Amino acid sequence: MELLAFGKTGWGDELFYATLMTVAVSVTAMLVGFLFALIFTPLKLSKYKTLNFVGNFYTTVIRGVPELLVIYLLFFGGSGAIMYVASIFGYYEYIEINAFITGAVAIGIISGAYSTEVFRGAIQSIDKGQFEAAKVLGISKFGQFYKIILPQMLRLAIPNLSNVWQITLKDTSLISVTGLVEIMRQSYIAAGSTRDPLFFYSFAAVLYLLLTYISMKLINKLEVKYSRGY
Amino acid sequence: MITSFPKLLGATVITLKLLSASLFFGLFLGLFFAILRLNKNIFINKFAYGYSYVFRGTPLLVQIFIIYFGLGQIEYLRSTVLWVVLKEPYWCAIIAFTLNTGAYTSEILRSAFQTIKPGIIEAGKSLGISNKIIFYKIQIPIAIRQSLPAYGNEIILMMKGTSLASTVTLMDLTGVAKYIISTTFKPIEVFIVAGGIYLFMTFVIHNVIKYLEKKYSFQQ
Repeated sequence: MELLAFGKTGWGDELFYATLMTVAVSVTAMLVGFLFALIFTPLKLSKYKTLNFVGNFYTTVIRGVPELLVIYLLFFGGSGAIMYVASIFGYYEYIEINAFITGAVAIGIISGAYSTEVFRGAIQSIDKGQFEAAKVLGISKFGQFYKIILPQMLRLAIPNLSNVWQITLKDTSLISVTGLVEIMRQSYIAAGSTRDPLFFYSFAAVLYLLLTYISMKLINKLEVKYSRGY
Repeated sequence: MITSFPKLLGATVITLKLLSASLFFGLFLGLFFAILRLNKNIFINKFAYGYSYVFRGTPLLVQIFIIYFGLGQIEYLRSTVLWVVLKEPYWCAIIAFTLNTGAYTSEILRSAFQTIKPGIIEAGKSLGISNKIIFYKIQIPIAIRQSLPAYGNEIILMMKGTSLASTVTLMDLTGVAKYIISTTFKPIEVFIVAGGIYLFMTFVIHNVIKYLEKKYSFQQ
């Protein structure tokens, strides 16, 4: 237990902050993922073949390639790509991207592919009559989406989004390879310096279980909220 | 890009070996725990539920690290025969993958068993077929067919999961890809080649499962 003490002697506070970091990365990644889903879901539902292809290409590639490979691509290629873009604007200094941003974007791209699929499925399962009725009533496109489609879609999407959240939460453990100090990285450091890997990795597992358990409880509440009237 | 291709293709063999071994063992483990889940004894039931909860609720990376780095710490284990297996990263990865896929498979099979209509089992009973034969000849074939789509997803997830073997020094497809990226600084080219190989495997698995689904569909 003294290994987990707070302060200078133990690893308690370090692991506590690492847990917060994991939560922060997961939430950011999830939001980045929504951003990607917002772009690619319309593409997948579009009438145009080319746009369809772009949307399908994104979800197929990202869901078919290991997460670790995507992270390595962004970790090693990310700063190079940004420097290339910057050089077009006449900026030639070395740019290093923060590990947090690299990680959140990498996991965000992955979770975005899953979210896109969830949103596509949810929109497609809404009755066509709803769209038509909204059109007939002369509601603007914006109003159609926010007042009619979105509320119905969320009810259908939340159970699946909760799966995406669980996947995202677990995927953040992979960012430890880039050196961002989240649960996994902190356990690795602690295990290395105390030579007690069994304890620290098991403790990391407990922390992850705790996070998934708590998020399940919260999501269940959301589910109840959005299925009012059913 | 061209020079890296043979190296990556060689590493694919390790990825496939890891995948097939863990799927093979994981299927049996999954079936075993699915049967335990259906048991009426609450302790056995809870034990099986706990197993699947823990392995589905924690990242695969943690599981590999516990087995590879953690178990070596137990002095007693080092003196047993088990150590021959546990000191090899290859076997540690297979053990971790097996336990992980076993947990998911047990959930898939359990839900498949539960969707079998009781009428089918009752029909078997009224025909005087023994419980054992009902289980092996009626329940298992139906459950396998029911779980094919979900199991296909699990195979693809596991294939992506084998990439984590690279974190315990195994040179699988991702491990070699990372090595080439960090020595040549050509992330995009290597990503295209390695990603292409992974996508090809996903494509093959996807189509094989689709074919099996069609072959064993109920409406014939």
